[in-house]
Amino acid sequence: MGFLQELKALFPPGRLLTREAELAPYESDALTAYRRRPLAVVLPERKEEVVEAVRLCHRYGVPFVARGSGTSLSGGSLPVEGGLVLALNRMNRILRLDPKARIAVVEPGVVNLEVSRQAAPFGLYYAPDPSSQPVSTLGGNVAFNSGGAHCLKYGMTAGHVLALEVVTPQGEVVRLGGEGLEGAGPDLHGFFVGTEGLLGVALEITLRLLPKPEAYHTLLAAYGSLEAAGNAVSQVIRSGLLPGAMEIMDRLAIEAAEAAVKAGYPQAEALLIVELEGPKEEVAEEAKLLSEVIRESGALEVRIAQSEAERQAIWKGRKAAFSAVGRLSPDYLVQDGVVPRSRLAEALREIGRLSQAFGLRVANVFHAGDGNLHPLVLYDGKKPGELERAEALAGEILRLCVRLGGSLTGEHGIGVEKKGYMPEMFAPGDLEAMERVKEALDPQGLANRGKVLPEEVYA
Amino acid sequence: MPEVRASSLEEVQNAVRAHPRLRPKGGGSKPALSTPKEGEVLLDLSGLRGILEYTPEEFVFTAYAGTPLMEIEAALRAHGQYLPFHPPLVGQGATLGGTVAAGLSGPMRERFGGLRDFILGVRFVDGEGRLVRGGGKVVKNAAGFPFHRLMVGSLGAFGVMVELSFKVFPYPRATRTLRTGYGTLEEALSALERLRGLPLDLLALDLIPPATLEIRLGGFPGSLEGRLRRLQELLGREGEVLLEDEAHWEGVRDLSFLEGSPIWAKVPSRLDLIPILEGLPLGPRRYMAGGELLYAGLEPEGLHALRRAGIPHLVLKGAEEALFPPPPEAFFRKVKQALDPRGRFPLG
Repeated sequence: MGFLQELKALFPPGRLLTREAELAPYESDALTAYRRRPLAVVLPERKEEVVEAVRLCHRYGVPFVARGSGTSLSGGSLPVEGGLVLALNRMNRILRLDPKARIAVVEPGVVNLEVSRQAAPFGLYYAPDPSSQPVSTLGGNVAFNSGGAHCLKYGMTAGHVLALEVVTPQGEVVRLGGEGLEGAGPDLHGFFVGTEGLLGVALEITLRLLPKPEAYHTLLAAYGSLEAAGNAVSQVIRSGLLPGAMEIMDRLAIEAAEAAVKAGYPQAEALLIVELEGPKEEVAEEAKLLSEVIRESGALEVRIAQSEAERQAIWKGRKAAFSAVGRLSPDYLVQDGVVPRSRLAEALREIGRLSQAFGLRVANVFHAGDGNLHPLVLYDGKKPGELERAEALAGEILRLCVRLGGSLTGEHGIGVEKKGYMPEMFAPGDLEAMERVKEALDPQGLANRGKVLPEEVYA
Repeated sequence: MPEVRASSLEEVQNAVRAHPRLRPKGGGSKPALSTPKEGEVLLDLSGLRGILEYTPEEFVFTAYAGTPLMEIEAALRAHGQYLPFHPPLVGQGATLGGTVAAGLSGPMRERFGGLRDFILGVRFVDGEGRLVRGGGKVVKNAAGFPFHRLMVGSLGAFGVMVELSFKVFPYPRATRTLRTGYGTLEEALSALERLRGLPLDLLALDLIPPATLEIRLGGFPGSLEGRLRRLQELLGREGEVLLEDEAHWEGVRDLSFLEGSPIWAKVPSRLDLIPILEGLPLGPRRYMAGGELLYAGLEPEGLHALRRAGIPHLVLKGAEEALFPPPPEAFFRKVKQALDPRGRFPLG
């Protein structure tokens, strides 16, 4: 019996896709510039089916890629040509939600926001909130160590994963971590988070839940320059405040957001959103200090949300900014490099210069609290050579981030898109160590082949 | 006992290449983990010290692994910052690397999370003497395999840490501690359970058996009294308020309540596990972080009881086998094989 025949025995019709028209939707993820035709797609409903499929792949030497909703912006869930796609969206059950233990045990296909929805009646929530949280799944969040607007204070996905059940590329099932906050022995589940599916597939994920903050204080400040907004962020940090989120948008992003959702933002070169959160007495005290700091930072206009509706209005424009940029340009590339916060102004100046030099517009929306930039490079794919120019500009921005002491990615992962830049950030010895770990767990190189590690690994 | 000192990256690499089996040691505050076993050479890293970079405005520092936490905390304190996971045994000379290798957090982990939430990057020497970097020096980073998180609780199994980067936070401007006693463990547990689910941003929430809670609040002086009053109302009792609580919590995080016990152990705990643990013959002890982290002082009998009950733990002082149970073979063994193929390091 061949590989496909054995798959047929495992998956009933309708859950094994092999026809061209059925495969087409799985050819790419949210980074649509890359497409690969898989051999087949399976839609497992139980973890045993995932394990069996991985074991088959191992036996036949067929590469595989697990994916959820396909929101990866780095091509992390791009299929391998001729490989198998494990589409895990149907594994979307919250297996256990224990408010007393403050944990949720979920299948990998559960959508991020769903956990907070289910936890809300108990006054709890799941803190990591990537912008894709209404769509993206926790399996993908684990693979990419996803972030969001709140990482400075709350950290990334890795800190919120307490345990994992994983199938290794060789088909072994292992449990890593436990149900409490503390462990004894190596933090193997912490290590698995962020390895982008190269070391196996998560079958079950145990998450820590936190009490939902009692009070919020959300402030919107307008500035005459991006640099002034960036400096304001430093001043907030220097004051000793620890906001839940600090976000900046530049003029192009503001215009796009206004055109899309009419958030009622002031017209300015840059907008800063600062949100404090915590116990009401504490937030009230922090708000006094914040208002002093913002006053001294030279803000042209300051608005403070007086109600939950006003708070949501402030966030609405920020959250819409990405998709809204689509209104300004037929195509765009989004990068997510990180710079030390104190180098933000310098990075933004340099991005502005690069934008001029390459003759392409760049809109900036970013998580300023943690130095995570989101330059959106606007281009028109129909114009010959423009995509290549946009990619070259994006690459220069990545190099800039590394040069300033930052990282290639804050939350989107390396995927297929940025693996060529890994040597900019890591020495050959660092990459070799990653390769050795990959090879030890996956000697055939089947799990998400072709991602993260630069090409020569598979030569 | 054979011993080698390494005070630089190159000396660490040379030591690793020269000796078939090594046992790294920093400040020696966790002798169960740093005392060489048969055939091991002691690798003394106490000379590999010093802060390499610290930009208060970034909330980030990088230091050599052998740097005493006391030195790091003094530097942070000068800028109103701290390590929010509140590492233990600072007073006994614990170093940054040893704390990571043991994976230890203290009582204030309740507020912002444990050591694993604050480590950002590492440079380590693997079992072949090669230098490897994982993570970075910024508070948000998702690039490459996260070797820094692999180091947490690793007991040095994958390599000798040379340099570590951490995230830090502003230290609360003022603190208060509320201590309240209950009639029974059940009552204390029920209050603990209630507090865990509320958005009170407690710095520390400890249970001291048989039935006392210690709750620490931190924040702006102007808000603290109001928060303390609300806490008292919530609990329906005045309790005892410690206005000057710093020295008290320094004693707690240095595990001074374990003095006199031959065996010191960290036990990952949980609410539902506490009644079971309380049925075992454990010595002086304190449950930290809302009941999720137990440090206990044991006699050999207590250690046997833990092992018989199948409860995972790490011995910091005084036993043959420090880690129970050993890490899960299928995943651990292969990562170990990749980074330490000759089995030079612990957990070999």
